[in-house]
Amino acid sequence: MAGTDRRLRGLRIGLWALVGLAAAGLGVLAMTGRLAPAAPAVESYGAAIGGPFELVDPAGRTVTDRSLRGRPFAIFFGFTRCPDVCPTTLSRLAQLRSKLGADGDAFDIVFVSVDPGHDSPADIGAYVDLFDTPILGLTGSETQIAAAAKAYHVYYGKVDQPGGDYTIDHSATVFLMGRRGQFVATIDMEEGDKPALAKLRRLIADG
Amino acid sequence: MHPIRLVALSLLAALPPAASAEPKPAAVAAGPLTIANAWSRETAAGQSAGGGFVTITNRGAAADRLLAASSPAAAEVQIHRMSMEGGVMRMRQMTDGLAIPAAATVTLRPGSYHLMLVGLTAPLKRGASVPVELRFERAGRVRVPFRVEPVTATGATGGAHGGH
Repeated sequence: MAGTDRRLRGLRIGLWALVGLAAAGLGVLAMTGRLAPAAPAVESYGAAIGGPFELVDPAGRTVTDRSLRGRPFAIFFGFTRCPDVCPTTLSRLAQLRSKLGADGDAFDIVFVSVDPGHDSPADIGAYVDLFDTPILGLTGSETQIAAAAKAYHVYYGKVDQPGGDYTIDHSATVFLMGRRGQFVATIDMEEGDKPALAKLRRLIADG
Repeated sequence: MHPIRLVALSLLAALPPAASAEPKPAAVAAGPLTIANAWSRETAAGQSAGGGFVTITNRGAAADRLLAASSPAAAEVQIHRMSMEGGVMRMRQMTDGLAIPAAATVTLRPGSYHLMLVGLTAPLKRGASVPVELRFERAGRVRVPFRVEPVTATGATGGAHGGH
């Protein structure tokens, strides 16, 4: 019976979607360290996200997790040929920064390209200069980028296109990191301005 | 007239018109299709691809399909769908094109579908107009000017700017 089959199929898809959601939820919990309730929250976050990395700025200078210490920062991974989520996210960070007024200068915005095949350090520099606010653009060798992405639990992967070109799937989460390099919070695309601004204020005050 | 007011008025007259006062790019009609709000984001030197966004309204009784696009500004124009799955951004080329159902509006916008201008011949400069030819299954070929907006734009000039 076609009707019953369709209903069963719908049910099956629905159940698998639930399983997927649950798995994704567990993944996020594991990533943010919320599955470790015994440890103090901030410390367990710090252990989970962030860590040693070595990348290159647009002028070719080495930038490391240690050299970023002293100021809180918001870090986001993407690539310049990403026409949608990358400019949208960086623009959003620029807007949130301007909404914080003078406090907006108290944290840095860091953009890491995961596409060394297309983005040279100078390309990243020209790209971040398009935005109305200072953004530190970083990239590096395949190995350096892989290490930085691993430190932040950022997924990225090349996907071949029909015409022989490729695009890159990547995590679109913004990580807020404190002045000692510790993880403070994340901001994602769907989140409203109010919680996002509250997190940035917390980052500036306590991070 | 009070001299201060006169000065104020002459200052106002000297100001360039505000962005919102600029006329929106004209909609292009092709049979039952209306193609409006075509815009692109500016790109930097060294950035070899850019995005294009547009609103396509089908007032006809028959479905159409956006099959392909091309532009003298790029080696290739692809139709893409962006999706977010578990915090991961995925972008896929729609090699079978994009359905434009009868009596419906399909919007290519950030967070959904876009045109990808691959192999830009030159950076897309803010304020410039990029000619793009859209090829539809029924409506045929339509040339649409895409206005280049700042990288921070979320819509065509006169449309909604800013985030949430």
